[in-house]
Amino acid sequence: MVANSSFMKMFAQSPVKPLQQHIEKAHSCAIELVPFFEAVLAKDWTEAEKVQQRITKLEHEADELKQYLRQHLPKSLFMPIPRTTLLDLLRMQDRIANKAQDIAGIMLGRQMQIPESMEELMMEYLKCSLSVTNQAVKALNELDELVVTGFRGREAEVVEKMLTRLEELESETDSREKKLRYMLFQLETELPPVEVMFLYNIIDWIGELADRAEQVGSRFQLLIAR
Amino acid sequence: MEIIAQYGGVLVILACVVGFFMAWGVGANDVANAMGTSVGSKALTIKQAIIIAIIFEFAGAYLAGGEVTATVRKGIIDPTLLAGQPELLVFGMISALLAAGIWLLIATSYGWPVSTTHSIVGAIVGFAAVGISVDAVAWGKVGKIVASWVVSPVMAGTLAYFLFRSVQRLILDTADPFDNAKRYIPFYIFLVGFIIAMVTFTKGLKHIGLDLSFGESAMMAVIAGIALALLGTWMERRVKYDKKENEDYHFTSVEKVFGILMMFTACAMAFAHGSNDVANAVGPLAAVVSVIGAGGELAQKSAMPSWILLLGGAGIVLGLVMYGHKVIATVGNNITELTPSRGFAATLAAATTVVIASGTGLPISTTHTLVGAVLGVGLARGISALNLRVVGTIFMSWIVTLPAGAGLAIMIFFMLKGIFG
Repeated sequence: MVANSSFMKMFAQSPVKPLQQHIEKAHSCAIELVPFFEAVLAKDWTEAEKVQQRITKLEHEADELKQYLRQHLPKSLFMPIPRTTLLDLLRMQDRIANKAQDIAGIMLGRQMQIPESMEELMMEYLKCSLSVTNQAVKALNELDELVVTGFRGREAEVVEKMLTRLEELESETDSREKKLRYMLFQLETELPPVEVMFLYNIIDWIGELADRAEQVGSRFQLLIAR
Repeated sequence: MEIIAQYGGVLVILACVVGFFMAWGVGANDVANAMGTSVGSKALTIKQAIIIAIIFEFAGAYLAGGEVTATVRKGIIDPTLLAGQPELLVFGMISALLAAGIWLLIATSYGWPVSTTHSIVGAIVGFAAVGISVDAVAWGKVGKIVASWVVSPVMAGTLAYFLFRSVQRLILDTADPFDNAKRYIPFYIFLVGFIIAMVTFTKGLKHIGLDLSFGESAMMAVIAGIALALLGTWMERRVKYDKKENEDYHFTSVEKVFGILMMFTACAMAFAHGSNDVANAVGPLAAVVSVIGAGGELAQKSAMPSWILLLGGAGIVLGLVMYGHKVIATVGNNITELTPSRGFAATLAAATTVVIASGTGLPISTTHTLVGAVLGVGLARGISALNLRVVGTIFMSWIVTLPAGAGLAIMIFFMLKGIFG
C-alpha cells in the first residue's frame, strides 16, 4: 500500500529557501570583485584570472539555482508572494551575478588599467556598491519570518527599516559614482580615448550592481505594502 | 428468516473479519494524515506520534465513535422497507464493507486519493438503491452527509484562518513573541481540552454508564480544559530562550513553545479521527450484528454492543502498529513546511470540525478537512507554497469514489444473494 498522498502532495516545495540561496550566491559572486580589483590594481593578471574564474563559476551556480527555482514554480501554486513578483525578484538578483561576471570579464580581457589617482575612490565605490547587495541579502533573509507573520506587524517594520537603509546605501553609492565620473572627466584628455570609454563603462556597471540590489529591495517592498 | 437462522454465525464472522480489516486499513493508512502534521512540524517524534495515536485513536473510537457508527448503521438506509427481508440488510452491509475494502486496496495501490468515508457511504447507498429500492435510501440524511463533505473543509479552513490570525496578532507580530507565546499558549491548550472533553461528555459516555446533563458536561469540560492548560504551563517552563538558535530563523524558540501546544492538538486530532473514522469499519458490522442478534428483527432501538467499537478500535491500533508508522514517517517527512505555530492552527481547526461532526453523527473525511484547514492557514499568508491541484483531486475523489464504491457493492450484493439465497 502507498500512503494516501493527496494531503502530502498539497505541500509544494517552498520557494523561500531557494530564493534566499540564490541572492546569497549572487552576492558571493559580486563580492569576489574586491580581490579581483586588488589584483588588477597590483597588475597581477594571473591572480586576476584566477578570481575571474571563481566569479564565472559562482555565476553558473547562481544560474543553476535560478533554473531550479523556475522549474519548481508551476502556475498552480498558491503562495503568499505573487508568482510574478517572485520571478521578478529572481531576475533582478540574477542580474547582480551577471553584471559582476561582465565587469571581471571585460577588465581581464582588456587588461584594463585604473589611473592611480582614481584607485582609492574606485575601491571605495566598489565596496559601497557591494554593501547595497549585502543589505539586499540581509532583507531577503527575513522572508521566511515574513511568511509566518503574514507580512504584517513588527517583522514587517523590521524589514521596512532594512529597506530604508538599503536605499540610503544606494544613494551613497550614487554620489560616489558622480565623484568618480568627474574625476575621470578631468583625466580623460590625458588617457587613451578607448580606455576612457571602457572605464566609464566599468563605473556604470559597478553602479548597476547597486541598482539591481535596489530593485530587489523595491520588489521586496511590494510584498509588504498592501 | 431461515437464511439468518441457518447462516447467522457465518455471516457475523464474515462481517467481523471484513470490518476488522477495514479498521486495520484506517489505522495503517488514514491515521498518517492526522498525525503527519505533528511529525512534520517536529513537535513529535514518530514513536511519540504512534503512542499518542494508539491511545487517542482508540479512546476516540470507543468514547465518541457511537454517533457516526449509528448513522452508518441505520441512518443511511430506511429499514422499514426491509421488513420481512432482513437478510438483504445483512448481505448489503457485508457487501458494502467488502466493496469499500477492495476499492481502497485498488485505489491506494495506484496512489489515487480516496477517502474511506466516501467509499463506505457510496457502497451503502449503492446496494440500497439498486439492490433493494431507490426508496430504501434515506435521501434526506444522505443529502446532509454530502453537504457536510462540502461544509467540513470550509469550516475547518475558516477556523484555521482565524486561529492563525489570532496567533499572528497575539504572538508572532508583537515585539516580544517569545514571552507572548508563553503567556497565550495555555489559553489555546484550554481550548483544545475544552472542545474534546465537551464532545466526549455530551455524546460519548452513555454507553459506559456515565450520563451527564449538558450543564454538568460543560462544567467537566471547563475543568478538563483548565487542567490541561495548567499542565501546559508547567511544561512550558522547560523551554528557554536561546539567542544563538534564533539567528537564522528568529522564531525558533517561539516554535518550541508552540511544540508543546502541538502535542495537545495532536492528541485531539487522533481522538477526533478515531471518533469519526471508526464508523466506516464498524458501522456496517454493527448493523449486521444487530439484525442477526435479534434473530432477524430489524430492531431499531437496540443499543449497539460496545464490543463492536472495541473491535474497531483494536483494528485501528493493529493497523497503526503494523504499518502506520511507515506511512506517518512518509507523510511527516514531506510536510516540513508546517512549523508548530502553523501546524497547530491547521490541526486544531480540523480536529474541532471532525469532533463536532462526530458528535452530530456525520461521517466526514478527515483528510479533506485537514486540506481545508491548511488552505485556511495559507489564506492568512502563512504558508509559502501550496499545491492547489490537490483541491482538484478532492473533487475527483468525490466523483470517482462514490460510483466505484456503489458499483462494487452492487456486484458483491448480488453475488452474496446468489450464494446464500
